[in-house]
Amino acid sequence: MAGAKFLKFDTQSLHAGQRPDPATGARAVPIHLTSSYVFSDVDQAAALFNLERPGHIYSRISNPTVAVLEERLATLEGGVGAVCTASGQAALTLAIMTLMGAGGHIVASSSIYGGSRNLLAYTLPRFGITTSFVHPRDLDGLRAAIRPETRLVFGEVLGNPGLEVLDVPKVAAIAHEAGVPLLIDSTFTTPYLCRPFEHGADLVMHSCTKWLGGHGTAIGGVVIDGGRFDWEASGKFPTLTEPYAGYHGIDFAEEYGPAAFIMRARAEGLRDFGACMSPMNAFQILQGVETLPLRMKGHIHNTRKVVGFLEGELYSDKGGKPGAAAGAVAWVSYPELVDHPDHALASRLLPRGAGSIISFGIRGTGEGGSREAGRRFIEALTLFSHLANVGDAKSLVIHPASTTHAQLDAEALAASGVGEDMIRLSIGLEDCDDLIDDLKQALRAATKG
Amino acid sequence: MLLTVNGTPVFVHTGGRDVDLSRPAVVLIHGAGMDHSVWSLQSRYLAHHGRSVLAVDLPGHGRSGGAPLDSIAAMADWVAALLDAAGLERAALIGHSMGALVALDTAARHGSRVEAVALLGVAERMPVHPDLLAAARDGDPSAIEMVIGWGHGPRGHGGGQGGGCPTPGLALIPGGRRLMAAVKPGVLGVDLAACNDYGNGADAARALACPALFLLGALDKMTPAKAGRALAARAASAQVVVVPQTGHMVMTEAPDATLDALAAFLSLRRG
Ligand SMILES: Cc1ncc(COP(=O)(O)O)c(C=O)c1O
Repeated sequence: MAGAKFLKFDTQSLHAGQRPDPATGARAVPIHLTSSYVFSDVDQAAALFNLERPGHIYSRISNPTVAVLEERLATLEGGVGAVCTASGQAALTLAIMTLMGAGGHIVASSSIYGGSRNLLAYTLPRFGITTSFVHPRDLDGLRAAIRPETRLVFGEVLGNPGLEVLDVPKVAAIAHEAGVPLLIDSTFTTPYLCRPFEHGADLVMHSCTKWLGGHGTAIGGVVIDGGRFDWEASGKFPTLTEPYAGYHGIDFAEEYGPAAFIMRARAEGLRDFGACMSPMNAFQILQGVETLPLRMKGHIHNTRKVVGFLEGELYSDKGGKPGAAAGAVAWVSYPELVDHPDHALASRLLPRGAGSIISFGIRGTGEGGSREAGRRFIEALTLFSHLANVGDAKSLVIHPASTTHAQLDAEALAASGVGEDMIRLSIGLEDCDDLIDDLKQALRAATKG
Repeated sequence: MLLTVNGTPVFVHTGGRDVDLSRPAVVLIHGAGMDHSVWSLQSRYLAHHGRSVLAVDLPGHGRSGGAPLDSIAAMADWVAALLDAAGLERAALIGHSMGALVALDTAARHGSRVEAVALLGVAERMPVHPDLLAAARDGDPSAIEMVIGWGHGPRGHGGGQGGGCPTPGLALIPGGRRLMAAVKPGVLGVDLAACNDYGNGADAARALACPALFLLGALDKMTPAKAGRALAARAASAQVVVVPQTGHMVMTEAPDATLDALAAFLSLRRG
């Protein structure tokens, strides 16, 4: 018997979740800018409201354009379903609110997006949800931080901005021992580079704003359900295993089996908290997802070239011979480099490439040290845009200590692996020779000062 | 709801409403390696349209205890025992794939207990390829891939005129894969062997004394619509509905068409 055939990743990036519009024949996904949907009769209306028939009622809860993106991203990740949200932040919030209430506790990697850290460290405690942060390489510490009231383990495949690689299979095993799911923020890797469900993760979220959208045009997020976590066996998730009065006593695990989490996230979280994605944004992000495989190949190609260039700048002697005088670059961090602490792990988890973010340290020579050299460097760049985003088709640069991580004190900054000299590059799709020329002249300007 | 059938705990999903013995009952029977959750929309719909719903987890499946039953006849006798345990004299039976054979065979063996049968993704014989049988028996994950891959039409696979799960935000193929992966080891092998060995389909169809609905996927590769029609032709009076653009997983790929057909067949009204 011939093995079953499934469409492959690149094909799914273009087709999953969509067919030509039956009404018009439109090949592209139509933008359904409508708040609501006409019921065919009273019984159909009642059936839709009572989750007896599939379909759309009101665009806060679901929308046909957004649904294409949701099914496409679920398919690319290998998840049973997805909910798109107004932003990546909303995706993380929705995941947490679906899993726990006041009294809940989260164990999170300390190396995560500054906004996520803010939410967990400063904002959620106001709602009775607290978080313990553990360095992503400290697996014993992670195990020790789990408490009886822990309801979630959370981390990023590639730490932000330190580029630590999370050992997803081991962290998943630790979470599962404790009867708790693992949520991975996979924004920096996208399903093209890493599919966390294949490594044991239970839930995945993205800021679609980044590589998925890929053009810096739309803010959006998604949370995807791997469908494998046994909520019933864990016994720690009454939101999923006990009757919910908000839907006439529905028990999501009983009703939907593997799709319990994602159904509750929509039926409660989108309905009540309301942080839905607009169809315009879904359309923009879909345009990005269509070329995700092509773009990720380009991002990785350019990133490897730029890493090679920066390594050459470690020494004033461009041959890089040991003993040569120091160059403009103090250090380079990229998980594919052999001296990166997670090099071996990266080659296992990220064989197609370790993302398109590079961090490096700028050497401060003159007055003001590395902070001042960093300022001169960023201001001298012409192609790289100085802004607070990553994953655009255009190359971007930022100095985390003064921007994304500025709200952290020195200790938290150090814990997040952010030094004052750290520059973060998000490598885009320009010709890499042009990128290298731009970096070259800006490094010269920075060190001349 | 938990019942005890033949001394074993059995889980029955009731569609969000308790079983009410004053209402006509419907038993929903899932296919090989699955459980009651494949009927999530239909069970809620039926329960809110005048019926008492018993969407079962067959022995060894889902939340039910016991070992999987090794023949369609044994499963049919089990359905009769389930009706006893629930205090039901009669019920309509809705079955998918292996569950459709069970419904058909229950009608043949326990005709007085069966009000009507609705058979989804059904054929007189369900021969299972030896490679698939062996993989399922050995717990090889390729068995699930074959069932899920061959089982879904374009709504699951995408491409062409397909693509687009009817329930917003869900993806049918990963969903089916996870559902089957959660079934206890060895169960799928027993189920598929029971399908493969069943030879009473033609006689059972000829003997059907109750109303019968055959709900077939036009693009079903496992039980082709042609085979379903041939089986329906053996019944004295059968209604056939062929759902376009749909594979073997009729109730998840085409839930609206499934509900429309069931509503007409069982004269359902909200209440
Ligand atoms: C890794 C990561 N997660 C989450 C977010 C938050 O996403 P958004 O800005 O779409 O809310 C970001 C944004 O920078 C991010 O980089």
